[in-house]
Amino acid sequence: MTLADLLAQLINGLANASTLFLLASGLSLIFGVTRVVNFAHGSLYMVGTYGAIWLAEHLGGGGLGFWGAVLIAACGVAVLGALMELAVLKRIYGAPELFQLLATFAVVLIIKDVALMAWGPEDILGPRAPGLTGAIELAGQPIPQYDVLLIVLGPVVLLALKLLLERTRWGVLIRAATEDREMVSALGVNQVWLFTGVFALGSGLAGLAGALQMPREPASLGLDLIAITDAFVVVVVGGLGSLGGAFLAALVIGIVKALCFALGTVDLLGYTLNFSKLTLVVEFVLMALTLALRPWGFAGRPLRGLREAPGTIEHVRTPARKFWTIAMAIVALLVLLPAVADDYTLVLATDCAIFALFAASLHFLMGPGGLASFGHAAYFGIGAYAAGMLAKQAGAPMLLALFAAPFAAAAFALVFGWFCVRLTGVYLAMLTLAFAQIVWSVAWQWDDVTGGSNGLVGVWPAPWAADKTHFYWLTIVLCTATIAILWRVMHAPFGYSLRAGRDANLRADAIGIDVKRVQWFAFPVAGAAAGLAGALYVYSKGSLAPDVMAISRSVDGLVMVLLGGVQTLTGPVVGAALFTWLQDEILRRTEYWRLILGLAILVLVLLFPRGVVGSLRRVVRGSDA
Amino acid sequence: MTLLTIDNLEKHYGGVHAVAGVSFSVAIGERVALIGPNGAGKTTCFNMIGGQIRPDGGRVLLAGEDITGAPSRALFRKGVGRTFQIATTFGSMTVRENVQLALLSHAHRALGCLSDATDAAAEEARALLAAVGLESQAARPCDQLAYGDVKRLELAMALANAPRLLLMDEPTAGMAPRERHDLMTLVSDICAQSDLSVLFTEHDMDVVFGHADRIVVLDRGRLVAQGSQEEVRVDPEVKRIYLGESA
Repeated sequence: MTLADLLAQLINGLANASTLFLLASGLSLIFGVTRVVNFAHGSLYMVGTYGAIWLAEHLGGGGLGFWGAVLIAACGVAVLGALMELAVLKRIYGAPELFQLLATFAVVLIIKDVALMAWGPEDILGPRAPGLTGAIELAGQPIPQYDVLLIVLGPVVLLALKLLLERTRWGVLIRAATEDREMVSALGVNQVWLFTGVFALGSGLAGLAGALQMPREPASLGLDLIAITDAFVVVVVGGLGSLGGAFLAALVIGIVKALCFALGTVDLLGYTLNFSKLTLVVEFVLMALTLALRPWGFAGRPLRGLREAPGTIEHVRTPARKFWTIAMAIVALLVLLPAVADDYTLVLATDCAIFALFAASLHFLMGPGGLASFGHAAYFGIGAYAAGMLAKQAGAPMLLALFAAPFAAAAFALVFGWFCVRLTGVYLAMLTLAFAQIVWSVAWQWDDVTGGSNGLVGVWPAPWAADKTHFYWLTIVLCTATIAILWRVMHAPFGYSLRAGRDANLRADAIGIDVKRVQWFAFPVAGAAAGLAGALYVYSKGSLAPDVMAISRSVDGLVMVLLGGVQTLTGPVVGAALFTWLQDEILRRTEYWRLILGLAILVLVLLFPRGVVGSLRRVVRGSDA
Repeated sequence: MTLLTIDNLEKHYGGVHAVAGVSFSVAIGERVALIGPNGAGKTTCFNMIGGQIRPDGGRVLLAGEDITGAPSRALFRKGVGRTFQIATTFGSMTVRENVQLALLSHAHRALGCLSDATDAAAEEARALLAAVGLESQAARPCDQLAYGDVKRLELAMALANAPRLLLMDEPTAGMAPRERHDLMTLVSDICAQSDLSVLFTEHDMDVVFGHADRIVVLDRGRLVAQGSQEEVRVDPEVKRIYLGESA
């Protein structure tokens, strides 16, 4: 590495930091005022990139075409964000936070497929900025003019936002609402337009960030999840709600990434370290370190808890005998399924069972624990890899691999959980995501052990279980038994202690319950169950790749749990089966399954803000009374 | 015999001396009220004793054992029960389950994974609920209770470890006058039947003079008077604080 290389990478890193800051500042503003964790923020960024490229083509070349496209795209995305707020979120501000999250997931799915329809699956390269295609010389190194522009733009936008927030009446209202939105509303401020306005502003920033990236990065359908995770990392590292913190965090992440690229491969004490491989994971390592050392980020403060929305606590009741009869009947029907079903249906049913277990394990943390895990796929993936590696590299028999996988996942969950329970709310969710991404990138890059991006192939069940029917039975038995164990633990003193910590932390402490420790122990329990699901998944597919624990699987898990309803264990099980079956049904008919699923989720969220099972239970109970 | 000794307790918030060298004690079986005007440092003092705030200086001794800064879950194990100014209970559980969980925790069984919690400690839970007059509401979800009943439920949970000392922060805040009297009479009855000591903060002087054996008065972080009801009633410093300079 020469000094010139370092400089070049540094400039590139700083330019990236600017767009990262624009993206993250929008997310931070929206979260600050509305307390909505807008997962669709990355999708808005993606629309910004696609939209700007499309507009630039249609507006013709020249500076006007390019900059016109950037501006129109940013404004268009602002309008899109405002529409999303008006059409969806406005109706569910009173619903529990997790349902707002589910609604934004639905928007992610919808936007992805609409982008697919409009612009196709291929990556699209954008035009370069007319007049800024050249480079300026710095220390004998050519620096792209466009990068210089971006580097200047970051601080300019920061300054403009600061002025907006501190010098205008609207800005004062935004800051006041970030502090205490009930108070602002009590003072007679019309929150309705404040929220819509902030959504438009935040979305516009995301759109602007996306549009400005058009000469630097091709538009692709994967941008949404990449952008949203990057934005979350920046916001969390910087401290929720702090623009200055977000700016600093974007700079640090941009520079550290640039350093990793510049360092490349380094020989250190006889070991060869490849730093450029670290770029995939370095921001998550940084986030994990920050959260472990400074739980509220660089500049954040502990969040003022929102006053609990009424009716968010569901009472867990011991089910009536009728429930058990029905449950047993369903299990019996599932066991008898192979008598009438073909192989295709059996494979689908096997998937449903595996994901039901996965969702139930996530629910164990989210429901009774109140611990939203955004990286639950990590334990699924660790279980899958443990089983796959035992089978391929150690030649272990299937049963041994299935037995060992949950322990491997639980061991990791024990370590990750220890860090996670030190945090709460969104910070905790983000740390779980960071751990999942770290594990994912290790699996992706450690070719010798995990097979790298190719994964492992040829992990087949033992001969006695090779038949589809036999494997289906094995899966049903193991999944049902594990879900039953989870149910048992939830209704044992441990489950009550977990709920006690969620319901009233201080009270639980005062009756001698060590809430953090109880929450910590919940991680390996949930991790083991997810690990078993992952191991079964490998054997049912015969192979695995790092995408078994990609972000999208964690998101799928959240959707399954929230779709079914977080209050009962039945909810996630039904949600997972419904999700898996719907995905398969729709995929067979159209490639736009995400769009249909997203619309279905939106309808469900708007009609049943308690999840399918939760709402059904209310209907049943209502008719009983 | 002294049960609780507060020795020179200190707490600063920036430049504010919230509690400045407060010392007093609570004897076995004694009911002591900690009073003072708003901002006197009652709640800070109380939360330092109860383990919610770490003191900057001084010690808290329970039967001679140093418990300074011990978290409230550790105090629970040492026989200290606690109720809060704003009563909190486990909203997703029934009244009975709240008490059952406190009993399970006292029996070191709150981490059990396989036993059924629904029938645990049923008889003891029934007895505790009967003691606070909530037996008929045992099966109700506790977020449907009237606030006075939430306070009673909290008391039942604080009694689940058969405590030596009960710490009650504003036990009657937010209750109707009649309810206040009933609740404190209940506490006094329990004290009379056992060696339970009670330390409580309170704004309502009827409650204080009706139920405290001894009164400790704080003002601006300092202890200004302590003694029997009569001693405190005639103390000129206390009169000055409560009635103003001219009194």
